[in-house]
Order: sequence, then structure tokens, then C-alpha cells
Amino acid sequence: MITEIAPAPERVAAEPARPRRKRRAWDEVPRRQIYVPLSIYLLFTLIPFYWILLFALRRPGSTSLVPWPMTFEHFEKVWNERAFGTYFQNSVLVGIATLVMTTLVALAGGYALARFNFRIKKAFMLALLCTQFVPGALLLVPLFEIFANLRMINSLVSVIIAETVFQLPLSMILISGFIRNVPYSLEEAAWVDGCNRFTAFRIVVLPLLRPGLIAVGSFAFVHAWNHFLFALMFLSDQSKQTIPVGLNTLMSADSVDLGALAAGGIIAAVPVVLVFAFIQKWLITGFSAGAVKG
Amino acid sequence: MAQAAAVAKRPAPPRRRRASATPRRLPYLLIAPAALLMLGFIAYPVVSVFYYSLQNYNPTKPWRNGFAGFDNFVHAFTDDPQFWDTLTFSAQWVFVEVGLQLLFGLALALIVNQTFVGRSLGRALVFSPWAVSGVLTSAIWVLLYNSQTGITRYLADMGIGSYGTSWLSDTSTVFPAAVVADLWRGVPFFAILILADLQSVSKDLYEADEVDGASRAKQFWHITLPHLKDAIVLSTLLRAVWEFNNVDLLYTLTGGGPAGETTTLPLYIANTSVDAHNFGYASALTTVAFVILLFCSIVYLRLSKFGGEEK
Repeated sequence: MITEIAPAPERVAAEPARPRRKRRAWDEVPRRQIYVPLSIYLLFTLIPFYWILLFALRRPGSTSLVPWPMTFEHFEKVWNERAFGTYFQNSVLVGIATLVMTTLVALAGGYALARFNFRIKKAFMLALLCTQFVPGALLLVPLFEIFANLRMINSLVSVIIAETVFQLPLSMILISGFIRNVPYSLEEAAWVDGCNRFTAFRIVVLPLLRPGLIAVGSFAFVHAWNHFLFALMFLSDQSKQTIPVGLNTLMSADSVDLGALAAGGIIAAVPVVLVFAFIQKWLITGFSAGAVKG
Repeated sequence: MAQAAAVAKRPAPPRRRRASATPRRLPYLLIAPAALLMLGFIAYPVVSVFYYSLQNYNPTKPWRNGFAGFDNFVHAFTDDPQFWDTLTFSAQWVFVEVGLQLLFGLALALIVNQTFVGRSLGRALVFSPWAVSGVLTSAIWVLLYNSQTGITRYLADMGIGSYGTSWLSDTSTVFPAAVVADLWRGVPFFAILILADLQSVSKDLYEADEVDGASRAKQFWHITLPHLKDAIVLSTLLRAVWEFNNVDLLYTLTGGGPAGETTTLPLYIANTSVDAHNFGYASALTTVAFVILLFCSIVYLRLSKFGGEEK
């Protein structure tokens, strides 16, 4: 459904009824003014990606600018010797658990914020917003103590909880925005047809929320996948650590093994790039739905 | 369906409350999990930071622990040049990063908002660094900047610069080098948000203006920019706070060095608490950082009129 809204500009441009020349005058910027700056920016964006690919694939000691002859020995090394296989599993676990927890808890809260007026609503919204200014990095010490008291240090659970908590506020604000975009009358109609509130929500609202939930869930996954500090602080065993911590370990070695670092970086990037490619088309619309503008 | 969702932008305030369908406790039950998690893992830590900020608290020197009054704050403001240095650097970092990211992000959004061949691929490619983590960004730029096989070597081959330079370990180049690395990842954030907002500029506005013979530059100043104002204000503030707080990139890229040249206040706080175990003092610095950010959040609330539509 959302794809229908996204490419609005083309749709307008395709309408044949409008006088074609006049629209050209403002709509069509000279090609040069698009392709030249875009190409320059693309170089800036893509050279770093190429660079890491180059280092990951070329043979150790090579200074060639093309990764040929190609080798996968860096990947094998980093996956087996540097335990990226284990890190990868842990990161997947943290990412998916954070995704599920964040989405469920934010869905419940977001629904309450979108559909009810209750006494502490304003205060709660304000609290949500204030959390955006609370830096997780500055709460490391008290968080460490809490998890130590709960005997969760060195357990992935601590990282999952911490990631979820810091993802929640924004996710809830976003989801409540998405729910507000679904007319309340649709739900009311379902009640009249005999559904209770939950069934009405599940049948009527939830399918319409799918794009928004995918966006929020992906955000949560990507953030948990990428985030580094909580895992660094709360997990001490190497067998428990996540990919960003593994990358940091590679980088902070006395003599950095650049090939291994590049291969580790690619391993870190692949899931995120896949998720990103998947949600790209929903991203623009998700935001332009006005959710972020509050 | 799509139409319905798109048209009904305005929130539908609950009109008739049906006693049977809406138990009064339901909204509280629904926000309870989120509220409990946030109380336990955000509010409580924040309160304990405030508490520790008034204490001498250092697990490695337990004999000195105890109530300290405002000593930590006094020390920070009067007796700790590192506090001022890191605070100044933070401000500089945030200002330069947010300014440049906004500038390039706006330009990029305007470009990829045009209709041209290869637009969706172009968008996907320019936005892609957005999803890359701070640590991975560091890894990539460590590869680019390293002195033996980095980009400088190839530049030197072409006669630009000299061999063996490492931009990250030279105090005169580390700042621009770190700024560029963070720009690489930060520009897409603004580009995405601004592009999203550009979708809602009515084409009729431009057409009307076109009839009046306004140039494209004038259209930008008179129509596009005013329309984007809210989005720009909001994303700039969010980003400023985020850039202030974020430690991943600088921690892994420069480690705050060389010679403390790129240590932000949060990095300094992390070092004070994790390495020096001076939790009390770190908490006081954190409190100062909070107050600075609180000031931002008040501005933020004023400008965005958040929650104002519910009345």
C-alpha cells in the first residue's frame, strides 16, 4: 500500500493532461546539474566501500588496486581464528531479540498513546521525549551496577534489555504516529460487527501497520546490531561478544591486521545492507507520513 | 486502503468512549511494560547519577567514599582544564558535523528529488552509509587513512602529499580526518529526512510561482526552504544531541587522541569512570552534560510543539 504513495512525483509527471512545456521549465533541472554533483558525491560514498572490499579480497601484502587474484583467506581467518563466527551468532541473537521486544512493547504503548486520553499521557509523552536526550553512554556505570545486581553481567540478556530500553521511546513515538494515521472509525466499525478491541486491532489495524512496523523493527535490529558500547561494557567473555566488539578488538591490536579487519567489516555489514535494501522504499514514506514531525 | 491511510493524516481523537469496549485500566496496562523498563533502566540510572555526583565514589579508593557536596562540580568548573577542553571540543565537533551534514544532506536531497534516469539506484547508493555502524565506519576509515596502504599512499604515488603520513596520528590533520569519516555516515541521515519532507511540497506552489516568473533559486528561498524549516529545525536538534552523545566513532577511530586532541566530553566521562574508576566525579560531569542537553530539549520542545495537537 505504501509504495503507492511513495512515487507521487512520477505519477504527477506522467499525467498527460498538463501542458508539457511549462512543467519542463521548472521540473527539469539541466542534467549536468544533477549528474555532476551526484557523481562526485557517489565517489565519496563508494570509494570507502570499495576500499574495504579491496582489502578483504586481495592477497596479504598485495598493494594492487584491484582485488585480483582474489582470496577468501581473510574471511576464513577472521571467522574461525578471530571468533567472528561466534560473534555473528551472538549479534544475530541480540538483534532479533531486541527487534521482537522493542516492537511488541512499543506496539502496546503506541496504541495506548494513539487511541486513549488518560491522565498521565502528557507526562508520559514528555518522558519519552526526554529520553532522547539521555545518553546511554553516560549511564554505563549505574547500568553496570544494575545488571551486576541482577546477575546478568556477561549474559546477552543484559545487552538485549539495554538496547531495547533505548530503542523503545522513539519506536513508540513512531508507532503511535502510524496508528493515528489509521482512521479510528475503521476500528469502531469492527466493534459494531462484534469484534472485541483486540480482535479489531488485529484484523483491521495491524495489517495497515505492516510497513511502519517493518521500518521500526528494522531500525531496532540495525541499532542493536551496530551498537557497541553496551556489549563492550557488559560482556567480558570472548564467547559472548558481538561483532562490533570484535571489530574494535581487531582495530586496537598493536599491529592491525588490515585484511582481517576488512573481512570482519564486510561480515558486519552484510546483514545491515540486506535489511537496508529491504526497507529502503518504506523509509521515505514512513518518515513523510508525519510520524517524525510529531 | 492506501488512500484512506494517506488521507486521514490528522489524528482521530477518541470520540464516544464505549464503556464496554474500553476498560479504564487498559491504557495503563498497555504502557506498563514500556514504563517499567524505562523506569528501571533509564530513570533509576539517571537518579543514581545525580546521587553519585554529590558523592566521593571510587571503588579503588573506598576510604575516601562519602558525601562530597558540590566538591565535584566545583572541581570541574575551577580546577579541571580537561573538562573545559573536552567541552569545547564537543561543541566544536557538534557544530561542524551538524552544519556540514545539514548542508550536504540538503543539497543531496534536492538532487535526488529530481526526476532522472537511475534515480532509485542513485538514492539507494548515496543513502547506504546511513546503516553502517560507528565501529564499522571507523574500521573503513582506518583502512583508508593508514600510512602504508591507505589512500595517502596512492595519492603520494600521484604526487599529492608525502609517503608515510597517517592523518589520524597527526594533531593537525586528525580533526578534519575524523570529521570527514563521520560526515560519510551522517549526511545520508539528513538527506533521508529532508527528502521525505520534500515529498509533501505541493507542486502547485511552484507552478504558481513559475507563472510569476520566479527563478529556481528564488523558488528555493521562497517556497522550498520555508516548507522544510520545521524538518530542518527538528533534525538538526536531534542530530546535535546524537552527535554530542555518540562515542562509538571517536572511541574506535582515534581513541580520543592523539594527545587528547579529539576527546569529547562523553569520552572523557567514559574514561573517568571506566579507566580511572572515579564514579563520583564522572557522575558530576554527566550531570553537567545533562543540563546542557536539557537546555537543548527545551528548545526542541518549544520548536516542535510536540503533543500539542491533542486538545
